[in-house]
Amino acid sequence: MADEVVNFKVTIDGIPVEVAPGSTILNAARQIGGDIVPPAMCYYSKLEGSGGKCRTCLVKVSKGSEKDPRPMPKLVASCRTTVMDGMEVQNITSPEVEEARKGVVEILLINHPLDCPICDQAGECKLQDLGYEHGSEGTRYEFERRTFERVDLGDKIQLHMNRCILCYRCVYVANQLTEEREHGVLYRGDHSEISTHIEKALDHDFIGNVIDVCPVGALTDKTFRFKNRVWFTKPIDAHRDCPKCSGKVTLWYKGDDVLRVTGRKDEFGEVEDFICNTCRFDTKSTSDWVLEHPTDVEKESVIGANHYEQFHLPPVIREDEKLKLANEEQLQRTERLK
Amino acid sequence: MGRKLLLEHINEPGINTFDVYRQKGGYRAVEKALKTMSPDDVVEEVKKSGLRGRGGAGFPTGMKWGFLAKPEGVPRYLVCNGDESEPGTFKDRFLMTHIPHALVEGMIVSSYALGANTSYIYVRGEMMPQIRILEKAIAEAKAAGFLGNNILGSGYNLEIYVQPGGGAYICGEETALLESLEGKRGNPRIKPPFPAIAGLYGCPTVVNNVESIASVVPIVNDGGEEYAKIGIERSTGTKLISASGNINKPGVYEIELGVSVEEFIYSDEYCGGIANGKRLKALVAGGSSVPILPANLITKTAAGNARLMTYESLADGGFQTGTMLGSGGFIVYDEDQCIVRNTWNFARFYHHESCGQCSPCREGTGWMEKVLHKIELGHGTMEDIDLLWDIQRKIEGNTICPLGDAAAWPVAAAIRHFRDEFEWHVLNPQESQTRNYGLAHYADPLAPVVQ
Amino acid sequence: MLSVQENLPVEFSASLLAKCAEIVTRYPAGKQKSALLPILHEVQAEFGWLSTDAMDKVAAFLQIKPIEVYEVATFYTMYFLKPQGKFALEICRTGPCCLVGAEKIMNHIEQRLGVKEGEVTADGLFSWRGVECLAACGYGPVLQIGPEYTFYENLTEESVDNLIETLRNKAKEA
Repeated sequence: MADEVVNFKVTIDGIPVEVAPGSTILNAARQIGGDIVPPAMCYYSKLEGSGGKCRTCLVKVSKGSEKDPRPMPKLVASCRTTVMDGMEVQNITSPEVEEARKGVVEILLINHPLDCPICDQAGECKLQDLGYEHGSEGTRYEFERRTFERVDLGDKIQLHMNRCILCYRCVYVANQLTEEREHGVLYRGDHSEISTHIEKALDHDFIGNVIDVCPVGALTDKTFRFKNRVWFTKPIDAHRDCPKCSGKVTLWYKGDDVLRVTGRKDEFGEVEDFICNTCRFDTKSTSDWVLEHPTDVEKESVIGANHYEQFHLPPVIREDEKLKLANEEQLQRTERLK
Repeated sequence: MGRKLLLEHINEPGINTFDVYRQKGGYRAVEKALKTMSPDDVVEEVKKSGLRGRGGAGFPTGMKWGFLAKPEGVPRYLVCNGDESEPGTFKDRFLMTHIPHALVEGMIVSSYALGANTSYIYVRGEMMPQIRILEKAIAEAKAAGFLGNNILGSGYNLEIYVQPGGGAYICGEETALLESLEGKRGNPRIKPPFPAIAGLYGCPTVVNNVESIASVVPIVNDGGEEYAKIGIERSTGTKLISASGNINKPGVYEIELGVSVEEFIYSDEYCGGIANGKRLKALVAGGSSVPILPANLITKTAAGNARLMTYESLADGGFQTGTMLGSGGFIVYDEDQCIVRNTWNFARFYHHESCGQCSPCREGTGWMEKVLHKIELGHGTMEDIDLLWDIQRKIEGNTICPLGDAAAWPVAAAIRHFRDEFEWHVLNPQESQTRNYGLAHYADPLAPVVQ
Repeated sequence: MLSVQENLPVEFSASLLAKCAEIVTRYPAGKQKSALLPILHEVQAEFGWLSTDAMDKVAAFLQIKPIEVYEVATFYTMYFLKPQGKFALEICRTGPCCLVGAEKIMNHIEQRLGVKEGEVTADGLFSWRGVECLAACGYGPVLQIGPEYTFYENLTEESVDNLIETLRNKAKEA
């Protein structure tokens, strides 16, 4: 008989949860779910070694553990800090955390081109969500923004380095899913860039997953480029018998056309299975697939905007009485138009 | 005249060679340790000595050694941090140039204490001449039987290699150094795990500064208790101070911890006073990262006590009115120096040296540099000063490694203590381009502290 | 005159290869990647800079991926990714050196050589750039010249002039 694993009791924003020893604070929070889950721009549970870099998931450990109740002196990256028994964590209940997160978001945006209107990622961009939630209307940054040339990494993947937040996820994908990593992070500091150094096409069977793991619009699907806004497309879960991967995907329809194929993403934006390039780029007829059902889309997501009748207020609005009222009125107007 | 433990024979001609170093009592510590002490005995002496890491953080060396994991069958490593790059600090260069065998001897004794059979001295690549000096010293020690297999018949084997860096301040951070030593970019690792558990090649590793390792030699020779008799409180032993800036006698000085700051600046034994008959305006006591203090806070604490060259006394008053001993990079500013320009210069340094791994440091350091440059050029506004304060707050404590703090502190301290000079730059955009704000009131006696 | 080439095919000499092989022996078996930084220094000392071909050859020698070499070579500031002057002057531009006149020295060098920071003189002999703290703050202003990183301390405008003259003569003799 295996030794019984004694779970650790952890409290996040006052909500208790029991998790296996070795879990991170972030994963404990994900177990609880909802608003208290810290945002993660660089951590990806399926990529070993990821996390710790973007600092958006910083939380406050107000009690270290039952044995040593001292609070941790600094905010910690919840994605890379493991829980202790009796640990108490504050995320959205800590003004200090909210302040720091706001700072991180501001800093992530100072050199970002803010080109959402022409970015294919808009509507499913984590940075856009964060900016919405924590950002301010204007920027205090008044200097020229850093720019790079747009680069084609072969005919299927496009790199907009201007939008990159250097999460390193795509580097881990190449390291862990392919045998021959050909791109990496070159240079250093704020002129670091994702690059192949000499022009090279990335053509490994699983390299297309860099698109799915990219939290922003830095690595996008060239075959979908400017085809449509994601919120005008309808996601459908489908599968096929694929000799290389699980074949479980999401098809993004506009009318009868499949505009793009992606992995199936969970509520934290992570794919369930990494899919191969053939599924992603080369099988875009409905006849290639067995359709399952419409993809569950988060109610807050703009993608779901046209699919659900009930309106759910985003957190920003929830706290502001005036906005709340204004939105209810707007919602009623919209309903009348139907 | 204070006692000299590291630089006692520095003026001896040929002290950089094995023979002269040996004649002057060198390698006695190796003989003593390997023939009469167990590795744990050596660790015990270092603990008793109270030696604190000389690289800047001041963490007790013996305690750090005590954390080293010792799983069966897994090699352990000692890595010497010779990536000296903190602006204002050049003591390790001095030591490695003039008395390289002090480091080699310290490496042998320390490696023995930790049970390491392969040790590396990571020296910044720009110090290629020092790398050659160390390689020669290691070859000499090996030829004399102090390195290699079965050293002095003790059964203990050790090889030491010198590893050049490639030009990156961040590699002074111990996990970045280990990454670099593994042939990678110098991105600091996310801790835990700490190197004592998983360091070089995933094995238990201790990383110590050059001066810390060299200090183990007198500790073993004279005993930890003897060493601890020098100094005050938890600042024991001697410390190499790198003195630079506007002083009469820049250079490296070995002091007994506890010398007063005033004596260190003005006495002929050390800096010999401010150069060209000028007056002291400000001072950075422990390398560019630590808070800069105006003249009136550096020789005396806010409570009016004489400030001493110790970890505790320099930190007296916290960051409100104190600073840190850091790496002992002692930079002196006379009345002709511009604090705004200097702060911009340091901000540019940290911007240039940020590894770019985590966002607050990568983006924030560049932002601070740009705002400071704007103020320095006379285009700043009052809001820019507040903005700077806010940016540094957003960086401090929120990054993977201490480079973020190191970039934030000098900016914070400059605004805290020299805000009127920043404001003067904003209010006098033209005048500030042609003349200096000068000493102003920065040397005025402080009002007595009222409880 | 040097021209910037996209890539310069290089051939490693027997002595360079022997040096590289010796460096690899300093690390445990399978950890040969540790030799990357020292080997890049050796290669740069031989060719003056690191062309893509040189980096690819290093990758092949160490049995690592070329991108791993590019990542490292672009991270550290000492590695040149394009040709430099025969004498690449690197002047410390950080705080303590500036307190004792480093900025003046840099301006003087710029005027004296007639090229901007990062550029190479027409005769291919000199290039210069400001670098961050060289840990010689008590001897400032300072400059260094690779590949052995010979050090020049307490610089004055006159000593810089003399140095440039000496280097010019040295190049003529060679």
